[in-house]
Amino acid sequence: MKFGVLQFPGSCDDADALTAARLVGDAELLWHRDRDLRGCEAIIVPGGFSYGDYLRAGAIARFSPVMESVIEFAHEGGLVLGICNGFQVLCEAQLLPGALLGNANRRFTFRQVRLELVNADTPFTRACAGRDHLSIPAKHASGRYYADERTLERLEAEGQVVLRYARGENFNGSLRDIAGVCSERGNVFGLMPHPEHAVDELLGGSSDGLCILRSMREALEGALA
Amino acid sequence: MLIRPKAGILDPQGVAVERALPALGFDGVSRVHIGRLVELDVPDAAQLAPMCEKLLANPLVEDYEIELLPDPGTGDDAAPAAGSSSA
Repeated sequence: MKFGVLQFPGSCDDADALTAARLVGDAELLWHRDRDLRGCEAIIVPGGFSYGDYLRAGAIARFSPVMESVIEFAHEGGLVLGICNGFQVLCEAQLLPGALLGNANRRFTFRQVRLELVNADTPFTRACAGRDHLSIPAKHASGRYYADERTLERLEAEGQVVLRYARGENFNGSLRDIAGVCSERGNVFGLMPHPEHAVDELLGGSSDGLCILRSMREALEGALA
Repeated sequence: MLIRPKAGILDPQGVAVERALPALGFDGVSRVHIGRLVELDVPDAAQLAPMCEKLLANPLVEDYEIELLPDPGTGDDAAPAAGSSSA
């Protein structure tokens, strides 16, 4: 299977996402001006500062040519993973509910976070089943998850809250400690922490991010089988 | 266009400024909110609200107000009209 990793001007985690995806399958970069997804079967919208994060994080990237194709791909049921800035882009594109606001601590913060695996029955987390927690680094200035109360209730009820910051780990002030949510249909997933930076214990001491990419591969292979 | 965080949503910038002002002797300040101002020339004022909805503001978390000003180039004193919207 082949992952496509989007590349915007200002993306900075595209290379790590590509490297991580290649531990699990094939992967190639997709340039932001290119509408052709080149037969990629799963899309990763990586971290960084797309288009300089001007106006609001993700606001301008959301209108790029490649995102038009990704939105169509998602509407057809394709798997789309948004990491950090990618999560912000997917929220701006309304593929995911809610918005990501400036951290409550007003700082760009970089730390390893312990995440509670809330829903292990999604195409992005099935290979993580059996784990209660994942240890994955987070690094961002605008990661405070916000949605109105009604939306939050719906997300909780429908199992769309996939990851939560464990007790004491919610440094950005996200409502209900939400670290990652999926779409109603379950094929789009966004999270602020960076699974692509946690794929080798030599770097950072955790490879917990790999199970997210493996889940995507298994979901696709299961769908083909 | 004046764009500001919706009421009830934590505004960490506003909080920081609110805490800093008393240190300079400005007492009694409350409800500080920080938004942004977008100025532009546009041929058709009807474009402004859709611009705010689609790009300039995130209607989920921000309110916006639109104010029309006369063209400084021509000196036309088209009556400044103020519009406002909150989703």
